[in-house]
Amino acid sequence: MSGSWILSSLLILPLIGAAFILMLPGDTEAAKRNARWIALFATLLTFVLSLVAWGRFDPSQSGFQMIEEHDWFSHAILYKLGVDGVSMPFVLLTTLLMPISIVASWGIENRVKAYMVAFLALETLMIGVFEALDLVLFYLFFEGGLIPMFLIIGIWGHGNRVYAAFKFFLYTFTGSVLMLLAIMYMYWTAGTTDITVLLKTAFDPKVQIWLWLAFFASFAVKMPMWPVHTWLPDAHVEAPTAGSVILAAILLKMGGYGFIRFSLPMFPDASLYFTPLVYAMSVIAIVYTSLVALAQENMKKLIAYSSVAHMGFVTMGIFSGNAQGVQGAVYLMISHGLVAGALFLCVGVLYDRTHSLAIASYGGIVQRMPLYAVAFMVFTMANVGLPGTSGFVGEFLTLVGAFQSNTWVAFFATTGVILSAAYALYLYRRVVFGVIEKSNLKAIADLSPREIATLLPLGLLVLYYGVHPQPIIDASSASLDVILRTFEQAVTATKTAGL
Amino acid sequence: MHETALSLPVVLPEAVLALGTLLLVLYGALRGERAYSVVTEISVALLGIVFLIVVWKSRPMGITFYGAFADDPFTRFMSGLAVIGSLVTLLLSLDFMRSERIAGFEFPVLILLSTLGMLMLISANDFIALYLGLELMSLALYVIAAYRRHDLRATEAGLKYFVLGALSSGMLLYGASLIYGYSGSVNFNDVATAVHDHRSMGVLFGLVFVLSGLAFKISAVPFHMWTPDVYEGAPTPVTTFFASAPKIAAMAVLVRVAFTAFPGIAGDWRQILTFVSIASMALGAFAAIGQTNIKRLMAYSSIGHMGFALVGLAAGTVEGAQSVIVYMSIYVIMTLGTFAAILSMRRDGKAVETIADLAGLARTDSLMAFFLATMMFSLAGVPPLAGFFAKFYVFAAAIKADLYGLAIIGVLASAVGAYYYLRIVKLMYFDEPVRPFDRPDVIARSVLAVAATLVIVFLFAPSLLTNAAMAAAQTLF
Repeated sequence: MSGSWILSSLLILPLIGAAFILMLPGDTEAAKRNARWIALFATLLTFVLSLVAWGRFDPSQSGFQMIEEHDWFSHAILYKLGVDGVSMPFVLLTTLLMPISIVASWGIENRVKAYMVAFLALETLMIGVFEALDLVLFYLFFEGGLIPMFLIIGIWGHGNRVYAAFKFFLYTFTGSVLMLLAIMYMYWTAGTTDITVLLKTAFDPKVQIWLWLAFFASFAVKMPMWPVHTWLPDAHVEAPTAGSVILAAILLKMGGYGFIRFSLPMFPDASLYFTPLVYAMSVIAIVYTSLVALAQENMKKLIAYSSVAHMGFVTMGIFSGNAQGVQGAVYLMISHGLVAGALFLCVGVLYDRTHSLAIASYGGIVQRMPLYAVAFMVFTMANVGLPGTSGFVGEFLTLVGAFQSNTWVAFFATTGVILSAAYALYLYRRVVFGVIEKSNLKAIADLSPREIATLLPLGLLVLYYGVHPQPIIDASSASLDVILRTFEQAVTATKTAGL
Repeated sequence: MHETALSLPVVLPEAVLALGTLLLVLYGALRGERAYSVVTEISVALLGIVFLIVVWKSRPMGITFYGAFADDPFTRFMSGLAVIGSLVTLLLSLDFMRSERIAGFEFPVLILLSTLGMLMLISANDFIALYLGLELMSLALYVIAAYRRHDLRATEAGLKYFVLGALSSGMLLYGASLIYGYSGSVNFNDVATAVHDHRSMGVLFGLVFVLSGLAFKISAVPFHMWTPDVYEGAPTPVTTFFASAPKIAAMAVLVRVAFTAFPGIAGDWRQILTFVSIASMALGAFAAIGQTNIKRLMAYSSIGHMGFALVGLAAGTVEGAQSVIVYMSIYVIMTLGTFAAILSMRRDGKAVETIADLAGLARTDSLMAFFLATMMFSLAGVPPLAGFFAKFYVFAAAIKADLYGLAIIGVLASAVGAYYYLRIVKLMYFDEPVRPFDRPDVIARSVLAVAATLVIVFLFAPSLLTNAAMAAAQTLF
């Protein structure tokens, strides 16, 4: 198949950049500057290459494309890469946010080389998660990301960073090891861990229950779903700005991606069986964490809780099991990646100037930072889900999907939309409006060109996908039809058995 | 495989090693204390030659000495691994023994004798040869455990190890005699035939005693009590040795006894090993959390790792045997690398051993911190490092053998264990630096670098190891 080198190149390019940075001698100002530029160059190149992949991608095909396959070990575990309509947007989201994160980290002065290497390694691992077509390979990327993220939070974080780094690592590691056992079981049952083969393997419904639970343990922690979400606020608050951006925009999406890629099509009977559980957890996440967000005094914590609430919409949409719901979940994840990433950048802008994350230390900054106020407004509205922003499309579709399968779930989830407006606008009012009282805010500077460069592309995309959602929907609909087919068969089978 | 009365090519590695060792004893006795460096260097060369002979492909395999001694792919793989363990230990000891002023030519000679015991142990095909090999290995170990003879902790460690070791040897011998009495033979293959026909209580008792004796040597729970004290008390190169080569030899013979002598009562020993494995993994995970001395921490870590390796043996299948071999290979690389780092922890000419001494290492010596962090993540079993694949293989074997409970407990234990490995990474990377270490020894630095590189690049060619391990495992069935 043509272009069979392109997906591997996406994995290798950031590593080449990392190797160059490691070869830079010394810890001088020049070395720091070079490290930054090399990292930016490598991530930009990766982004351009992913655009080339996007250009070659044929959205009308439902299967995997640009497949690369090599024997890895035991003749049954493969190095196999490929993308379909679900994974392609996530690859692009990752490659887009990486250069933005690097630019946002321009002010890091402490151990710059190691910082850039950690981010580049993280990029490879994240892209790998979305490209892997072998379960063991997937697991490798999925878990491997813990190492650089652990270091990023622990070294460049603030305050209680050690606690946050450990909590992040141990929560996700413990969640994932059970998935590893499920992967092994599937390996012995199907004789391979090739995802394309496993998607066609029908597992016994009784076994599916256990496999589903094992995968669920991993993805629910990663998502994160209530009640295993508590690592997220800690990790977000303590992580450096770019770390929070990547965490919110991409790492959280791995859970939802996993549900769509594995849980739904491979274990359709179990997915159906557990739908009430997921619905309950989603609704609790939406309502409860939104209320918790209302009470937050720390900006990053507030956005972290809002992320958990939005991920509640995503899980609700996925397990509605119909085209609108799952499509909405994909859309909402992409949109949330852009919006939450941008919101953390906005918080980072303020933090760089005043070194405070407390909402109470701001107020009235619209008078000194009009540009910032506009940018923050756009992303706040997108977070609320205002029509005309990308957030609206995703939330609306997930609610439509849930409504078809369970009206009450949709009803309660809708209250979450109102609550999200409450906490987001409350945050905006307290930070941006009012009279400047704090002395350190009197001379605060508006967005610098570098900061505009990070926020502008995200803002444009949020507005563009708000009024023109078709590109993402077209790209993923063919693949989603295939993914939903087995689930729909399970639903039909249950219905006929019930009659 | 053909059986002969005496075949020199089959026992060539042992013969070369024994002869070389004796010559070195003579040389050392004539030259006295000054001979340390020369003897060590020749010993390293000798072990290198023995390694080449062990893996020399055109050397004929076979069973010799009327079935007492088996040379097959399994023997060769595990012997090679054990020899590497001894060789690297000797290399690492050079600098340490000199700066601690305990250098004597006896040390390399004792390591060589112990290695000779290991080679005999690994190729043992009856209980007499097993016992002889085990005793030769252990006697040398008792002496080097107390090698720093003016040090109270070291002598305590040596004495403790000796008393408990003698007890375990006695148990093993008693078990072997029971098995002989009830099966009528000491040869593994004959025992297998006899036990296959009828399973008597005497054989079962014998099996339990033999397994206990061997569990002591690999420091599996509940026969682990000596490990933390000996690891902490012995000089660090000795600890390195304890953690690497003897564990491989004892694990190899455990695998061979289980699969060749008792395949008929696999259900019984699998049950015992399942318990031992769970207990070791759990103790290794929880008891290490509170440790402050890094050698003591590594003692609990090695107890846990033996538990993980036993998961594969408890599976009782050819995949299980393969996974044990893979696990031990990766374990020995990680252990040697980690101890090379521990040996580099010196300040003002003195060895320091608390984990707090590693604080801020990433600032003072970023390369060493990176390598040691790689070791820690690998020991914790985080992909994409080699330690992950080791765990992958043993748990995959357990899942295939339907040991779901064992596998679930095992992976949870590995998640708990991740905490204390991460704690070392945290100290090195997140904390403020204390004073830097002395300039590290070139050898220790190189061993650490090679081990870290192997652990990282393993993912690119895992088949090299896993296929060889499969070939070795298949000879046992």
